[in-house]
Amino acid sequence: MEFTESQIQRYSRQIILSEVGGKGQKKLQDAKILVIGAGGLGSPAALYLAAAGIGTLGLTDGDVVDLSNLQRQILHTTDRIGVPKVESGGTLLAALNPETTLKLYPDHVSATNILSLLEAYDIVLDGSDNFSTRFLINDACFFAKKTLISGSIFRFEGQLATIKPHEGLPCYRCLYPEPPPAGLVPNCQEAGVLGALAGTIGVLQANEAIKEVLGLGESLAKHLLLYDALDMTFRKVGRPKSPDCPLCGPHPTITKLVEQEVSCSI
Amino acid sequence: MIKVRIPTPLRPMTEGKSEVEIAGNTVSEIIDNLGSAHPGIKERVYDEKGEVRRFINIYVNEEDIRFLTGKDTPLKDGDEVSIIPAIAGGA
Repeated sequence: MEFTESQIQRYSRQIILSEVGGKGQKKLQDAKILVIGAGGLGSPAALYLAAAGIGTLGLTDGDVVDLSNLQRQILHTTDRIGVPKVESGGTLLAALNPETTLKLYPDHVSATNILSLLEAYDIVLDGSDNFSTRFLINDACFFAKKTLISGSIFRFEGQLATIKPHEGLPCYRCLYPEPPPAGLVPNCQEAGVLGALAGTIGVLQANEAIKEVLGLGESLAKHLLLYDALDMTFRKVGRPKSPDCPLCGPHPTITKLVEQEVSCSI
Repeated sequence: MIKVRIPTPLRPMTEGKSEVEIAGNTVSEIIDNLGSAHPGIKERVYDEKGEVRRFINIYVNEEDIRFLTGKDTPLKDGDEVSIIPAIAGGA
């Protein structure tokens, strides 16, 4: 466990925490985290993960930066409109912490590429923007036995959960067995969102990922956190393992990756 | 009366209110009475077979009714019912 003078200085404010220390900093340095989506959730999450000294940070997104992204996607800047998001994000993350090894994937995740993408990582952060991808990520993390930190936002609300079915804990389908059918819900892009709300949930995802790496505190592995930005309330509700879960239950009906065409919210 | 928390996507049907007070002794009665007071909500919460949709959960206080006695879960004064749909935004 040897750190350079500049590393000790860079991470001093967390190394000084007795719960972190040099040992914890080494764990962060050895950690490999994949952030799916370089958008509203992925931007703040990736920034804090890089800042904390996560050793290997993967970022995947198939889009290019658009002017309408900048209200909340703080990895990107006005001069990078039209640039692939992972390239834009990579520039900022590398400038913030040159010690983090960045792996940039200019792709949307799909049933064909996700399992090979996950392979090199311990923890996955879901910052995707549609049900189809969310259920795909949950299922892939289950099959690949990866810890998933799931965050999602809609208008003034956010949800957060830590998903670890490989440790006998509930998966996302234990909570919501199926996505809504297409047609029942409006298109994501029609739904507004406050930029700072995306920041709140994305930062909490980063914090939960860091806690997982350090093995600190209480996780959200058995709870769902609900944030209401208008009421200014945070609530934790129970999230038990479902005996009827179609994925991780005793009688699964989902035995391979499937992609469903679904939309954004009820 | 039972306090019912309404999620953002259903608030257009409650004049924007995040909480409404509804009478009922079970979750099922609450959803029926909620549907009468605020037309449209019941159809959003239940599918065509009258079951809670699989991307929506109903909680009594902090517990998901699927792990209690479902729609028959009894309620007492002071209980709080929350309707929590899956949300998917992130970009």
